[in-house]
Amino acid sequence: MKIAVCLKQVPDTEANIKIASDQRSIDESAIKFIVNPYDEYAIEEALKLKESQGAESVIAITLGPDRAKDALRTAVAMGVDDVVLLKTSANSSDALSAAKKLAAKIKETGAEMILLGKEAIDDGNMQIGPMLSELLNIPCITVVTKLEVDGNRVKAEREIEGGVEVLETTMPCIITCQKGLNEPRFPSIRGVMMAKKKQISEKAVELDDAKLVVSSLTYPQSRSEGKIVGEGAEAVPELIRLLREEAKVI
Amino acid sequence: MSTILVFAEQQDGVFKKAGFEVVSQARKLADESGADVVAVAIGSGIEDKAGVLGEYGADRILLADDDKLENYNPETYKNVFVVAARDTEAEILLFSATTTGKDLAPRVAAAMDSTMASDCIGIGLNDGKLNVDRPLYAGKVFAHIVIEGNPQIASLRPNVFEAVKSREGQNVSAEKISLLDLASKINVIEVRRSGGDKLDVSEAEIIVTGGRGVRGPEHFDIIEELAHSLDAAVGATRAAVDAGWRPHEDQVGQTGKVVSPNLYILCGASGAIQHWAGMSGSKCIVAINKDENAPIMKKADYSIIGDLFEVVPVITAEVKKFRE
Repeated sequence: MKIAVCLKQVPDTEANIKIASDQRSIDESAIKFIVNPYDEYAIEEALKLKESQGAESVIAITLGPDRAKDALRTAVAMGVDDVVLLKTSANSSDALSAAKKLAAKIKETGAEMILLGKEAIDDGNMQIGPMLSELLNIPCITVVTKLEVDGNRVKAEREIEGGVEVLETTMPCIITCQKGLNEPRFPSIRGVMMAKKKQISEKAVELDDAKLVVSSLTYPQSRSEGKIVGEGAEAVPELIRLLREEAKVI
Repeated sequence: MSTILVFAEQQDGVFKKAGFEVVSQARKLADESGADVVAVAIGSGIEDKAGVLGEYGADRILLADDDKLENYNPETYKNVFVVAARDTEAEILLFSATTTGKDLAPRVAAAMDSTMASDCIGIGLNDGKLNVDRPLYAGKVFAHIVIEGNPQIASLRPNVFEAVKSREGQNVSAEKISLLDLASKINVIEVRRSGGDKLDVSEAEIIVTGGRGVRGPEHFDIIEELAHSLDAAVGATRAAVDAGWRPHEDQVGQTGKVVSPNLYILCGASGAIQHWAGMSGSKCIVAINKDENAPIMKKADYSIIGDLFEVVPVITAEVKKFRE
């Protein structure tokens, strides 16, 4: 069995996002990029499955600009065997176009288990997993917090509002990973050394014209200046009055 | 006549408010453009209940009612919805950005070879094209987007748009979708609801969230009691979840849930940028923190400087007083 992980390089959660002068993209100059946190669960799960199921190899695929190689090196440092960069000149707002390129590459690898994060924290689209399912015509279970593989049978628990769904399917399949599935390992020192030397295969891809056209980016409306109601428990009656009479929310 | 097709989500035979919000918003768009609103209801034993979608503005209701559709199954639901989309030749498909909607919509989009915009907080029509506003980086910035695909597809964030019975008393009878393809490579074994009627943060109108300042899982009863008095959901910051004090499903923030309740009460948390991104869409924000220099104290609508262990129980008592 081969396992593929699709991952994305994204700005760190603590990053301040500044809109670039074109008003349609963000200024990346001061941003620290990381592996999308949900994709780390996918990497970890792939490595665990390789160990428990005796899988042949784990390949990580990313679609992005040259800087995305750093994310692939992190994956190698964690223990991924092979990495591929599908190199794009521009970021796409259009998930279907990206999913088509990933699907073609996944097919080529012959992977039977495809793991990815439940969403990327930059665009928050949550679309790639379900779209890959359609494009590859294999089942996809999203937002998975527990995964059991037995032969080619797969049992997964999926987080829903106020509960959990338990689903079964067979490989080949796609799983999108949610926090809680596992604890991603830290790269080993040996892994980091290996990652530095790792040859990253890259292939230039041309995304279709985006069918989601970003006309502009704006900052959230600034909230009106708040007020300090007071100090300690004595301030509570005034808070309650404000919530009832001014904000009218309780 | 062009068509706006809406997925009207139900769970356990009860149509969800998030679905009514999308039908209501579709009605608004249709009134501007002269389109028809067609709601798609998928489930088991829901025929009698689907009529209410007409009151929220559906001109037609397409129904898929079958034992096998009792629980959400990604593949069968997708097959049914795609049949409805093809039959109606709908130009616009709308979903709610709930767990189910977020799973279903991209499948439909890929099956129809079109793209989509997720989790929109604003929507309008301009020259027959959908214009949407959606958060990026969990709301640190917003993108204003023109959707060029055909069909044009979007999911709408719950709790942002109003559910309005614009056609109170209207009776629309449901038409059955024929030729249901109920084959799926996925089997739903079990659906477990967590403890009684626990309210999910993504669906709650009021949320009380505890952070690192709560100091341990055993102290969350203070937060829970306030939440209970307000019929609110209990949220948690990343610090509280990573410490193992609360389940991840309660986490609000960039690596948790993005919420937009009417009232958000944050207790014992600084309001770090990744948390702020997840809750800044709340209509009213209250902060309780010992540190008057915490970032949240400048951003909250109302804040109290003080120890949450002293302040929060008094709020609970005051709320109980006037609610009685």
